[in-house]
Amino acid sequence: MKTGIAAIGLLAGSVLFLGTAQAGAVDSFSGLSGEIRISGGTAHIPVMKEAAKQIMTANPDISISIAGGGSGVGIKQVGEGIVDIGNSGRAATDAEVEKYGLKLFKWAIDGVGAAVNPGNPVTSLTKAQLKDIYSGKITNWKDLGGKDAPITVYTRDESSGTRAVFWKKALDKGDIVSSANFVVSNGAMKTAIANDPNAIGYVSVGHMDASVAGVALDGVFPTIDTVKSGEYKVARGLYSNTQGDPSGLTQLFIAYLLSPEGQRIVVQKGFVPVN
Amino acid sequence: MTRVTQQTARIVFFLSAAVSAMAAALVFGFLLVFGFPLIGGGEFFSLLARPWSPGQGLYGFLPMITGTAAISFLSIVFALPLSLGTVCFMGGLGPARISRLVDGFVRFMTGIPTVIYGFLGIFLLVPVVRTLFTSAGSGMCILSASLMLSLLVSPTMILFFKDGFDSVDVRYIQAADALGADSVQRLIYVILPEAWPGIVTGIIMGLGRAMGDTLIALMIAGNAVHVPGSILDSARTLTSHIALVSASDYDSLAFKSIFACGLTLYVLNAFAVIAVRKLGGKRGQAR
Repeated sequence: MKTGIAAIGLLAGSVLFLGTAQAGAVDSFSGLSGEIRISGGTAHIPVMKEAAKQIMTANPDISISIAGGGSGVGIKQVGEGIVDIGNSGRAATDAEVEKYGLKLFKWAIDGVGAAVNPGNPVTSLTKAQLKDIYSGKITNWKDLGGKDAPITVYTRDESSGTRAVFWKKALDKGDIVSSANFVVSNGAMKTAIANDPNAIGYVSVGHMDASVAGVALDGVFPTIDTVKSGEYKVARGLYSNTQGDPSGLTQLFIAYLLSPEGQRIVVQKGFVPVN
Repeated sequence: MTRVTQQTARIVFFLSAAVSAMAAALVFGFLLVFGFPLIGGGEFFSLLARPWSPGQGLYGFLPMITGTAAISFLSIVFALPLSLGTVCFMGGLGPARISRLVDGFVRFMTGIPTVIYGFLGIFLLVPVVRTLFTSAGSGMCILSASLMLSLLVSPTMILFFKDGFDSVDVRYIQAADALGADSVQRLIYVILPEAWPGIVTGIIMGLGRAMGDTLIALMIAGNAVHVPGSILDSARTLTSHIALVSASDYDSLAFKSIFACGLTLYVLNAFAVIAVRKLGGKRGQAR
Protein backbone atom coordinates (compact mmCIF):
# COMPACT_ATOMS: atom_id res chain seq x y z
CA MET A 1 0.00 0.00 0.00
CA LYS A 2 2.61 2.46 1.13
CA THR A 3 5.05 1.47 -1.57
CA GLY A 4 2.21 1.49 -4.08
CA ILE A 5 1.41 5.09 -3.31
CA ALA A 6 5.10 5.96 -3.29
CA ALA A 7 5.49 4.30 -6.68
CA ILE A 8 2.59 6.25 -8.16
CA GLY A 9 4.00 9.46 -6.76
CA LEU A 10 7.41 8.59 -8.11
CA LEU A 11 6.03 7.85 -11.53
CA ALA A 12 4.14 11.13 -11.66
CA GLY A 13 7.17 12.96 -10.31
CA SER A 14 9.56 11.43 -12.78
CA VAL A 15 7.32 12.20 -15.73
CA LEU A 16 7.30 15.84 -14.63
CA PHE A 17 11.00 15.83 -14.09
CA LEU A 18 11.94 14.20 -17.39
CA GLY A 19 10.42 17.19 -19.13
CA THR A 20 12.86 19.56 -17.50
CA ALA A 21 15.89 17.29 -17.18
CA GLN A 22 19.04 18.64 -18.76
CA ALA A 23 22.49 17.25 -19.15
CA GLY A 24 24.38 18.23 -16.04
CA ALA A 25 25.78 16.59 -12.97
CA VAL A 26 24.89 13.08 -14.20
CA ASP A 27 27.71 13.55 -16.73
CA SER A 28 30.26 13.05 -13.97
CA PHE A 29 29.19 9.38 -13.89
CA SER A 30 29.73 8.80 -17.61
CA GLY A 31 31.91 5.84 -18.49
CA LEU A 32 31.82 4.50 -14.93
CA SER A 33 30.31 1.23 -13.78
CA GLY A 34 29.58 -0.38 -10.44
CA GLU A 35 27.08 -0.51 -7.64
CA ILE A 36 25.90 1.81 -4.88
CA ARG A 37 23.94 0.29 -1.99
CA ILE A 38 21.77 2.62 0.05
CA SER A 39 19.52 1.95 3.04
CA GLY A 40 17.97 3.71 6.04
CA GLY A 41 15.58 6.64 6.42
CA THR A 42 12.31 6.24 4.56
CA ALA A 43 11.73 9.99 4.17
CA HIS A 44 14.77 10.10 1.89
CA ILE A 45 13.53 7.45 -0.50
CA PRO A 46 11.67 9.66 -3.04
CA VAL A 47 14.78 11.80 -3.55
CA MET A 48 17.06 8.73 -3.58
CA LYS A 49 14.91 6.99 -6.19
CA GLU A 50 14.72 10.02 -8.44
CA ALA A 51 18.47 10.61 -8.21
CA ALA A 52 19.15 6.92 -8.88
CA LYS A 53 16.80 6.96 -11.85
CA GLN A 54 18.52 9.98 -13.40
CA ILE A 55 21.96 8.47 -12.91
CA MET A 56 21.05 4.96 -14.06
CA THR A 57 19.14 6.16 -17.13
CA ALA A 58 22.17 8.12 -18.31
CA ASN A 59 24.66 5.40 -17.27
CA PRO A 60 23.21 1.90 -17.62
CA ASP A 61 26.37 0.28 -16.20
CA ILE A 62 25.74 1.77 -12.76
CA SER A 63 23.25 0.06 -10.47
CA ILE A 64 21.89 1.71 -7.35
CA SER A 65 19.86 -0.24 -4.82
CA ILE A 66 17.70 1.58 -2.28
CA ALA A 67 16.21 0.01 0.85
CA GLY A 68 14.34 1.52 3.78
CA GLY A 69 14.56 0.33 7.36
CA GLY A 70 14.62 3.58 9.27
CA SER A 71 17.34 5.94 10.44
CA GLY A 72 18.74 3.56 13.05
CA VAL A 73 19.11 0.76 10.52
CA GLY A 74 20.77 3.10 8.02
CA ILE A 75 23.42 4.17 10.53
CA LYS A 76 23.99 0.61 11.73
CA GLN A 77 24.29 -0.87 8.25
CA VAL A 78 26.64 1.76 6.89
CA GLY A 79 28.74 1.44 10.05
CA GLU A 80 29.03 -2.30 9.56
CA GLY A 81 29.90 -1.93 5.89
CA ILE A 82 26.73 -3.62 4.65
CA VAL A 83 25.76 -0.59 2.57
CA ASP A 84 27.71 2.30 1.02
CA ILE A 85 25.33 5.03 2.15
CA GLY A 86 23.15 4.94 5.27
CA ASN A 87 20.42 7.57 5.36
CA SER A 88 19.10 9.11 8.53
CA GLY A 89 16.48 11.68 9.36
CA ARG A 90 18.56 12.85 12.32
CA ALA A 91 22.22 13.65 12.84
CA ALA A 92 24.13 10.60 13.98
CA THR A 93 25.01 10.85 17.68
CA ASP A 94 28.60 11.51 18.77
CA ALA A 95 28.80 7.92 20.00
CA GLU A 96 27.73 6.57 16.61
CA VAL A 97 30.12 8.86 14.73
CA GLU A 98 33.00 7.71 16.94
CA LYS A 99 32.09 4.01 16.86
CA TYR A 100 31.71 3.74 13.10
CA GLY A 101 33.85 6.67 11.87
CA LEU A 102 30.86 8.20 10.10
CA LYS A 103 30.85 11.20 7.80
CA LEU A 104 27.56 13.09 7.67
CA PHE A 105 26.23 14.86 4.58
CA LYS A 106 23.11 16.96 5.04
CA TRP A 107 21.45 17.59 1.69
CA ALA A 108 17.96 18.76 2.67
CA ILE A 109 15.88 20.18 5.49
CA ASP A 110 12.42 18.82 6.17
CA GLY A 111 9.81 20.72 8.18
CA VAL A 112 6.69 19.19 9.67
CA GLY A 113 3.65 21.33 10.39
CA ALA A 114 0.33 20.72 12.11
CA ALA A 115 -2.53 21.10 9.66
CA VAL A 116 -6.32 21.45 9.83
CA ASN A 117 -9.18 21.54 7.34
CA PRO A 118 -9.21 24.83 5.38
CA GLY A 119 -12.72 25.53 6.72
CA ASN A 120 -11.53 25.48 10.32
CA PRO A 121 -11.33 28.96 11.91
CA VAL A 122 -8.61 27.78 14.31
CA THR A 123 -5.33 28.40 12.50
CA SER A 124 -3.03 29.21 15.39
CA LEU A 125 -2.17 27.15 18.45
CA THR A 126 0.29 27.30 21.27
CA LYS A 127 2.55 24.35 21.81
CA ALA A 128 0.72 23.56 25.06
CA GLN A 129 -2.62 23.47 23.23
CA LEU A 130 -1.21 21.22 20.52
CA LYS A 131 0.14 18.83 23.14
CA ASP A 132 -3.23 18.82 24.94
CA ILE A 133 -5.02 18.01 21.68
CA TYR A 134 -2.68 15.13 20.91
CA SER A 135 -2.74 13.72 24.43
CA GLY A 136 -6.55 13.84 24.44
CA LYS A 137 -6.99 16.57 27.09
CA ILE A 138 -8.71 18.95 24.65
CA THR A 139 -11.36 17.13 22.63
CA ASN A 140 -13.59 19.89 21.26
CA TRP A 141 -12.77 22.71 18.86
CA LYS A 142 -14.88 25.16 20.90
CA ASP A 143 -12.24 25.09 23.65
CA LEU A 144 -9.84 26.57 21.09
CA GLY A 145 -12.18 29.24 19.77
CA GLY A 146 -13.61 27.11 16.99
CA LYS A 147 -17.06 25.65 16.47
CA ASP A 148 -18.67 23.11 18.79
CA ALA A 149 -17.41 19.89 17.22
CA PRO A 150 -15.27 17.00 18.39
CA ILE A 151 -11.61 17.10 17.32
CA THR A 152 -10.50 14.14 15.21
CA VAL A 153 -6.81 13.54 15.72
CA TYR A 154 -4.81 11.98 12.88
CA THR A 155 -1.35 10.53 13.25
CA ARG A 156 1.18 8.42 11.34
CA ASP A 157 2.57 4.98 12.16
CA GLU A 158 5.69 4.47 14.26
CA SER A 159 7.98 3.96 11.26
CA SER A 160 7.21 7.42 9.92
CA GLY A 161 10.02 9.95 10.05
CA THR A 162 7.43 12.70 9.82
CA ARG A 163 5.86 11.36 13.00
CA ALA A 164 9.25 11.10 14.72
CA VAL A 165 10.15 14.75 14.26
CA PHE A 166 6.65 15.99 15.05
CA TRP A 167 6.50 13.89 18.21
CA LYS A 168 9.92 15.02 19.37
CA LYS A 169 9.86 18.71 18.50
CA ALA A 170 6.18 19.71 18.45
CA LEU A 171 4.82 17.39 21.15
CA ASP A 172 8.03 17.22 23.22
CA LYS A 173 7.69 13.40 23.16
CA GLY A 174 4.25 13.67 24.74
CA ASP A 175 1.48 11.08 24.51
CA ILE A 176 -0.60 10.54 21.39
CA VAL A 177 -4.13 9.51 22.33
CA SER A 178 -4.91 5.88 21.42
CA SER A 179 -8.15 6.79 19.67
CA ALA A 180 -6.17 8.79 17.08
CA ASN A 181 -6.80 7.75 13.49
CA PHE A 182 -3.78 6.45 11.60
CA VAL A 183 -2.97 7.25 8.00
CA VAL A 184 -0.16 5.75 5.96
CA SER A 185 1.51 8.61 4.12
CA ASN A 186 1.77 12.36 3.77
CA GLY A 187 -0.60 12.12 0.82
CA ALA A 188 -3.18 10.12 2.79
CA MET A 189 -2.86 12.61 5.66
CA LYS A 190 -3.70 15.49 3.33
CA THR A 191 -6.71 13.63 1.91
CA ALA A 192 -7.98 12.83 5.39
CA ILE A 193 -7.64 16.43 6.60
CA ALA A 194 -9.11 17.88 3.41
CA ASN A 195 -12.19 15.65 3.77
CA ASP A 196 -12.75 15.96 7.51
CA PRO A 197 -13.83 19.42 8.73
CA ASN A 198 -12.86 18.52 12.33
CA ALA A 199 -9.45 17.04 11.60
CA ILE A 200 -6.02 17.89 12.90
CA GLY A 201 -2.92 16.15 11.64
CA TYR A 202 0.64 16.89 10.54
CA VAL A 203 2.30 16.89 7.14
CA SER A 204 5.70 17.57 5.72
CA VAL A 205 5.93 21.29 4.88
CA GLY A 206 6.70 20.53 1.24
CA HIS A 207 3.45 18.63 0.95
CA MET A 208 1.25 21.48 2.18
CA ASP A 209 -1.06 23.07 -0.39
CA ALA A 210 -4.50 24.68 -0.55
CA SER A 211 -6.28 21.43 0.42
CA VAL A 212 -5.09 21.80 4.03
CA ALA A 213 -4.41 24.78 6.29
CA GLY A 214 -1.08 24.90 8.08
CA VAL A 215 -1.42 25.80 11.77
CA ALA A 216 0.86 28.43 13.24
CA LEU A 217 2.69 27.04 16.24
CA ASP A 218 3.39 29.72 18.85
CA GLY A 219 2.76 32.31 16.13
CA VAL A 220 4.97 30.87 13.37
CA PHE A 221 3.37 29.32 10.30
CA PRO A 222 5.04 26.21 8.88
CA THR A 223 6.27 27.22 5.44
CA ILE A 224 9.38 26.49 3.44
CA ASP A 225 10.59 30.03 4.21
CA THR A 226 10.16 29.85 7.98
CA VAL A 227 11.82 26.43 8.02
CA LYS A 228 14.67 27.83 5.93
CA SER A 229 15.14 30.84 8.23
CA GLY A 230 15.06 28.60 11.31
CA GLU A 231 12.06 30.44 12.75
CA TYR A 232 9.86 27.33 12.54
CA LYS A 233 11.44 24.82 14.88
CA VAL A 234 9.75 21.52 13.97
CA ALA A 235 12.36 20.64 11.39
CA ARG A 236 15.26 18.32 10.86
CA GLY A 237 18.02 17.63 8.40
CA LEU A 238 17.98 14.75 5.97
CA TYR A 239 21.38 13.09 6.05
CA SER A 240 23.35 10.61 4.01
CA ASN A 241 26.11 9.00 6.06
CA THR A 242 29.21 7.18 4.89
CA GLN A 243 31.88 5.25 6.73
CA GLY A 244 34.97 7.40 6.52
CA ASP A 245 35.42 9.76 3.59
CA PRO A 246 33.38 8.58 0.61
CA SER A 247 35.19 7.56 -2.53
CA GLY A 248 34.41 6.51 -6.09
CA LEU A 249 30.74 6.22 -7.00
CA THR A 250 29.59 6.92 -3.45
CA GLN A 251 31.41 10.23 -3.44
CA LEU A 252 29.96 11.11 -6.85
CA PHE A 253 26.46 10.21 -5.66
CA ILE A 254 26.70 12.53 -2.66
CA ALA A 255 28.16 15.27 -4.86
CA TYR A 256 25.20 14.73 -7.17
CA LEU A 257 22.72 15.20 -4.30
CA LEU A 258 24.41 18.49 -3.43
CA SER A 259 24.70 19.67 -7.05
CA PRO A 260 22.12 22.08 -8.54
CA GLU A 261 20.49 19.14 -10.27
CA GLY A 262 20.27 17.08 -7.05
CA GLN A 263 18.99 20.06 -5.12
CA ARG A 264 16.33 20.53 -7.77
CA ILE A 265 15.13 16.99 -7.02
CA VAL A 266 15.11 17.93 -3.32
CA VAL A 267 12.83 20.89 -4.03
CA GLN A 268 10.64 18.85 -6.38
CA LYS A 269 10.09 16.23 -3.65
CA GLY A 270 8.99 18.91 -1.21
CA PHE A 271 12.05 19.51 0.94
CA VAL A 272 14.15 22.60 1.64
CA PRO A 273 17.47 22.50 -0.25
CA VAL A 274 20.69 23.21 1.63
CA ASN A 275 22.51 24.97 -1.22
CA MET B 1 -2.09 -42.31 -26.38
CA THR B 2 -5.02 -41.17 -24.24
CA ARG B 3 -3.58 -43.26 -21.41
CA VAL B 4 -0.31 -41.37 -21.64
CA THR B 5 -2.08 -38.00 -21.73
CA GLN B 6 -4.14 -39.04 -18.75
CA GLN B 7 -1.05 -40.10 -16.81
CA THR B 8 0.77 -36.86 -17.65
CA ALA B 9 -2.22 -34.78 -16.66
CA ARG B 10 -2.47 -36.70 -13.41
CA ILE B 11 1.21 -36.09 -12.59
CA VAL B 12 1.03 -32.39 -13.52
CA PHE B 13 -2.06 -31.83 -11.40
CA PHE B 14 -0.62 -33.79 -8.51
CA LEU B 15 2.59 -31.72 -8.64
CA SER B 16 0.63 -28.46 -8.75
CA ALA B 17 -1.43 -29.54 -5.77
CA ALA B 18 1.71 -30.62 -3.89
CA VAL B 19 3.44 -27.29 -4.57
CA SER B 20 0.38 -25.33 -3.41
CA ALA B 21 0.11 -27.39 -0.25
CA MET B 22 3.84 -27.01 0.40
CA ALA B 23 3.63 -23.25 -0.09
CA ALA B 24 0.83 -22.99 2.46
CA ALA B 25 2.76 -25.19 4.90
CA LEU B 26 5.97 -23.21 4.33
CA VAL B 27 4.21 -19.91 5.01
CA PHE B 28 2.93 -21.37 8.27
CA GLY B 29 6.42 -22.67 9.14
CA PHE B 30 7.95 -19.30 8.28
CA LEU B 31 5.52 -17.47 10.57
CA LEU B 32 6.15 -20.02 13.29
CA VAL B 33 9.94 -19.68 13.08
CA PHE B 34 9.89 -15.88 13.13
CA GLY B 35 7.22 -15.72 15.80
CA PHE B 36 8.96 -18.38 17.86
CA PRO B 37 10.98 -16.05 20.12
CA LEU B 38 7.65 -14.75 21.37
CA ILE B 39 5.84 -18.09 21.43
CA GLY B 40 8.74 -19.88 23.11
CA GLY B 41 8.98 -17.22 25.79
CA GLY B 42 5.31 -17.78 26.58
CA GLU B 43 4.74 -14.18 25.57
CA PHE B 44 2.57 -15.03 22.61
CA PHE B 45 -0.58 -15.50 24.64
CA SER B 46 -0.12 -12.35 26.66
CA LEU B 47 0.29 -10.51 23.35
CA LEU B 48 -3.24 -11.54 22.51
CA ALA B 49 -4.56 -9.69 25.53
CA ARG B 50 -2.35 -6.61 25.65
CA PRO B 51 -2.66 -3.18 24.04
CA TRP B 52 -0.28 -1.83 21.38
CA SER B 53 1.92 0.98 22.65
CA PRO B 54 5.49 0.68 21.36
CA GLY B 55 6.49 3.81 23.30
CA GLN B 56 5.84 1.91 26.54
CA GLY B 57 7.17 -1.41 25.28
CA LEU B 58 3.73 -2.95 24.82
CA TYR B 59 3.32 -4.94 21.60
CA GLY B 60 -0.01 -6.68 22.15
CA PHE B 61 -2.73 -6.80 19.56
CA LEU B 62 -5.94 -7.10 21.51
CA PRO B 63 -7.28 -3.90 19.85
CA MET B 64 -6.61 -5.41 16.43
CA ILE B 65 -8.30 -8.71 17.26
CA THR B 66 -11.41 -6.92 18.49
CA GLY B 67 -11.27 -4.62 15.47
CA THR B 68 -11.04 -7.55 13.06
CA ALA B 69 -13.85 -9.42 14.80
CA ALA B 70 -16.15 -6.39 14.92
CA ILE B 71 -15.59 -5.33 11.32
CA SER B 72 -15.82 -8.79 9.76
CA PHE B 73 -18.87 -9.94 11.76
CA LEU B 74 -20.72 -6.70 11.14
CA SER B 75 -19.97 -6.87 7.42
CA ILE B 76 -21.53 -10.36 7.32
CA VAL B 77 -24.56 -9.03 9.18
CA PHE B 78 -24.98 -6.41 6.45
CA ALA B 79 -24.13 -8.74 3.58
CA LEU B 80 -26.35 -11.66 4.58
CA PRO B 81 -29.79 -10.16 3.86
CA LEU B 82 -28.42 -8.49 0.73
CA SER B 83 -26.93 -11.72 -0.61
CA LEU B 84 -29.82 -13.94 0.40
CA GLY B 85 -32.28 -11.53 -1.14
CA THR B 86 -30.32 -11.40 -4.39
CA VAL B 87 -30.12 -15.18 -4.58
CA CYS B 88 -33.84 -15.60 -3.88
CA PHE B 89 -34.52 -13.09 -6.62
CA MET B 90 -32.31 -15.00 -9.03
CA GLY B 91 -33.63 -18.35 -7.79
CA GLY B 92 -37.23 -17.93 -8.94
CA LEU B 93 -38.74 -14.76 -7.47
CA GLY B 94 -37.56 -12.42 -10.20
CA PRO B 95 -38.11 -12.54 -13.96
CA ALA B 96 -35.58 -14.76 -15.72
CA ARG B 97 -34.11 -12.07 -17.97
CA ILE B 98 -33.38 -9.65 -15.12
CA SER B 99 -32.03 -12.55 -13.03
CA ARG B 100 -29.47 -13.27 -15.74
CA LEU B 101 -28.47 -9.60 -15.76
CA VAL B 102 -28.08 -9.62 -11.97
CA ASP B 103 -26.05 -12.83 -12.19
CA GLY B 104 -23.69 -11.24 -14.70
CA PHE B 105 -23.36 -8.15 -12.55
CA VAL B 106 -22.54 -10.19 -9.44
CA ARG B 107 -19.83 -12.06 -11.35
CA PHE B 108 -18.47 -8.73 -12.54
CA MET B 109 -18.42 -7.44 -8.95
CA THR B 110 -16.16 -10.26 -7.80
CA GLY B 111 -13.46 -8.78 -10.03
CA ILE B 112 -13.52 -5.24 -8.66
CA PRO B 113 -10.24 -4.52 -6.83
CA THR B 114 -10.72 -3.70 -3.15
CA VAL B 115 -8.83 -0.43 -3.50
CA ILE B 116 -11.75 0.85 -5.61
CA TYR B 117 -14.12 0.13 -2.72
CA GLY B 118 -11.65 1.84 -0.42
CA PHE B 119 -11.62 5.02 -2.49
CA LEU B 120 -15.39 5.00 -2.89
CA GLY B 121 -15.59 4.60 0.88
CA ILE B 122 -13.34 7.57 1.59
CA PHE B 123 -15.04 9.96 -0.79
CA LEU B 124 -18.68 8.85 -0.65
CA LEU B 125 -19.48 6.79 2.44
CA VAL B 126 -17.25 8.35 5.10
CA PRO B 127 -18.62 11.91 4.69
CA VAL B 128 -22.19 10.55 4.84
CA VAL B 129 -21.49 8.60 8.04
CA ARG B 130 -19.75 11.65 9.49
CA THR B 131 -22.72 13.93 8.88
CA LEU B 132 -25.33 11.36 9.93
CA PHE B 133 -23.67 10.49 13.25
CA THR B 134 -21.94 13.43 14.89
CA SER B 135 -20.32 11.16 17.47
CA ALA B 136 -18.58 9.24 14.68
CA GLY B 137 -15.90 11.93 14.58
CA SER B 138 -14.11 11.52 11.30
CA GLY B 139 -16.59 9.02 9.90
CA MET B 140 -13.70 6.60 9.58
CA CYS B 141 -15.14 3.90 11.77
CA ILE B 142 -16.23 0.28 12.08
CA LEU B 143 -19.63 1.08 10.58
CA SER B 144 -18.17 2.62 7.40
CA ALA B 145 -15.63 -0.15 6.94
CA SER B 146 -18.12 -2.96 7.44
CA LEU B 147 -20.68 -1.36 5.13
CA MET B 148 -18.06 -1.14 2.40
CA LEU B 149 -16.73 -4.59 3.21
CA SER B 150 -20.23 -6.05 2.90
CA LEU B 151 -20.16 -4.95 -0.75
CA LEU B 152 -16.92 -6.85 -1.17
CA VAL B 153 -18.08 -10.10 0.42
CA SER B 154 -21.61 -10.12 -1.03
CA PRO B 155 -20.64 -11.42 -4.50
CA THR B 156 -18.65 -14.25 -2.88
CA MET B 157 -21.60 -15.15 -0.69
CA ILE B 158 -24.08 -14.86 -3.55
CA LEU B 159 -22.07 -17.24 -5.74
CA PHE B 160 -21.85 -19.82 -2.94
CA PHE B 161 -25.54 -19.43 -2.10
CA LYS B 162 -26.42 -19.85 -5.77
CA ASP B 163 -24.31 -22.97 -5.86
CA GLY B 164 -26.38 -24.29 -2.96
CA PHE B 165 -29.63 -23.34 -4.71
CA ASP B 166 -28.55 -25.01 -7.94
CA SER B 167 -27.66 -28.22 -6.12
CA VAL B 168 -31.26 -28.70 -4.91
CA ASP B 169 -32.63 -31.84 -6.55
CA VAL B 170 -34.87 -30.79 -9.40
CA ARG B 171 -37.35 -33.59 -8.50
CA TYR B 172 -38.10 -31.90 -5.15
CA ILE B 173 -38.91 -28.69 -6.98
CA GLN B 174 -41.08 -30.52 -9.48
CA ALA B 175 -42.86 -32.26 -6.60
CA ALA B 176 -43.54 -28.90 -4.95
CA ASP B 177 -44.81 -27.53 -8.24
CA ALA B 178 -47.04 -30.58 -8.67
CA LEU B 179 -48.54 -29.89 -5.24
CA GLY B 180 -49.44 -26.42 -6.43
CA ALA B 181 -46.86 -24.45 -4.47
CA ASP B 182 -46.24 -20.88 -5.61
CA SER B 183 -42.72 -19.53 -6.00
CA VAL B 184 -42.51 -18.15 -2.44
CA GLN B 185 -43.71 -21.42 -0.87
CA ARG B 186 -41.30 -23.37 -3.08
CA LEU B 187 -38.48 -21.14 -1.90
CA ILE B 188 -39.31 -21.30 1.81
CA TYR B 189 -40.32 -24.96 2.16
CA VAL B 190 -38.10 -26.67 -0.40
CA ILE B 191 -35.16 -24.66 -1.70
CA LEU B 192 -33.96 -22.83 1.43
CA PRO B 193 -33.85 -25.92 3.72
CA GLU B 194 -32.20 -28.01 1.00
CA ALA B 195 -29.67 -25.31 0.11
CA TRP B 196 -28.79 -24.67 3.77
CA PRO B 197 -25.28 -26.23 3.69
CA GLY B 198 -24.39 -24.04 0.71
CA ILE B 199 -25.63 -20.99 2.58
CA VAL B 200 -23.50 -21.80 5.64
CA THR B 201 -20.46 -22.36 3.41
CA GLY B 202 -21.09 -19.02 1.75
CA ILE B 203 -21.30 -17.24 5.09
CA ILE B 204 -18.03 -18.76 6.29
CA MET B 205 -16.23 -18.03 3.01
CA GLY B 206 -17.53 -14.48 3.21
CA LEU B 207 -16.29 -14.19 6.78
CA GLY B 208 -12.85 -15.46 5.74
CA ARG B 209 -12.77 -12.96 2.91
CA ALA B 210 -13.81 -10.14 5.26
CA MET B 211 -11.14 -11.07 7.83
CA GLY B 212 -8.44 -11.30 5.21
CA ASP B 213 -9.15 -8.08 3.38
CA THR B 214 -6.64 -5.34 4.11
CA LEU B 215 -7.26 -2.28 2.01
CA ILE B 216 -10.84 -1.40 2.89
CA ALA B 217 -10.20 -1.49 6.64
CA LEU B 218 -6.83 0.23 6.21
CA MET B 219 -8.35 3.04 4.18
CA ILE B 220 -11.63 3.70 5.95
CA ALA B 221 -11.65 2.18 9.45
CA GLY B 222 -9.31 4.85 10.82
CA ASN B 223 -6.71 2.46 12.27
CA ALA B 224 -6.80 3.77 15.84
CA VAL B 225 -5.06 1.44 18.28
CA HIS B 226 -7.67 1.25 21.00
CA VAL B 227 -10.23 -1.42 21.75
CA PRO B 228 -13.30 0.02 20.00
CA GLY B 229 -16.24 0.80 22.28
CA SER B 230 -18.93 1.31 19.64
CA ILE B 231 -19.44 0.77 15.93
CA LEU B 232 -18.85 4.48 15.44
CA ASP B 233 -15.31 4.20 16.84
CA SER B 234 -12.26 4.04 14.67
CA ALA B 235 -10.56 0.62 14.73
CA ARG B 236 -7.58 -1.27 13.35
CA THR B 237 -7.69 -4.80 11.94
CA LEU B 238 -4.93 -7.41 12.12
CA THR B 239 -4.33 -7.06 8.38
CA SER B 240 -4.04 -3.27 8.40
CA HIS B 241 -1.81 -3.53 11.46
CA ILE B 242 0.62 -5.74 9.55
CA ALA B 243 0.51 -3.34 6.61
CA LEU B 244 1.17 -0.36 8.87
CA VAL B 245 4.05 -1.74 10.90
CA SER B 246 5.97 -3.71 8.27
CA ALA B 247 8.27 -0.84 7.31
CA SER B 248 9.88 -0.46 10.71
CA ASP B 249 13.24 -1.63 12.05
CA TYR B 250 13.50 -5.43 11.75
CA ASP B 251 15.56 -5.84 14.91
CA SER B 252 12.79 -4.50 17.09
CA LEU B 253 10.30 -6.45 19.16
CA ALA B 254 7.57 -4.55 17.31
CA PHE B 255 8.65 -6.22 14.09
CA LYS B 256 8.73 -9.68 15.66
CA SER B 257 5.28 -9.20 17.11
CA ILE B 258 4.02 -8.71 13.57
CA PHE B 259 4.83 -12.34 12.86
CA ALA B 260 2.76 -13.35 15.86
CA CYS B 261 0.03 -11.15 14.44
CA GLY B 262 0.28 -12.89 11.08
CA LEU B 263 0.19 -16.25 12.81
CA THR B 264 -3.03 -15.28 14.59
CA LEU B 265 -4.62 -14.27 11.31
CA TYR B 266 -3.43 -17.47 9.63
CA VAL B 267 -4.91 -19.62 12.37
CA LEU B 268 -8.21 -17.72 12.32
CA ASN B 269 -8.52 -18.19 8.56
CA ALA B 270 -7.49 -21.83 8.82
CA PHE B 271 -10.35 -22.35 11.27
CA ALA B 272 -12.77 -20.84 8.75
CA VAL B 273 -11.52 -23.16 6.00
CA ILE B 274 -11.66 -26.23 8.25
CA ALA B 275 -15.22 -25.31 9.18
CA VAL B 276 -16.09 -25.17 5.48
CA ARG B 277 -14.52 -28.62 4.93
CA LYS B 278 -16.50 -30.08 7.81
CA LEU B 279 -19.76 -28.66 6.50
CA GLY B 280 -18.91 -29.67 2.94
CA GLY B 281 -18.34 -33.20 4.17
CA LYS B 282 -21.69 -33.33 5.90
CA ARG B 283 -23.32 -32.04 2.79
CA GLY B 284 -21.68 -34.80 0.78
CA GLN B 285 -23.02 -37.47 3.16
CA ALA B 286 -26.51 -36.06 2.95
CA ARG B 287 -26.59 -36.52 -0.82
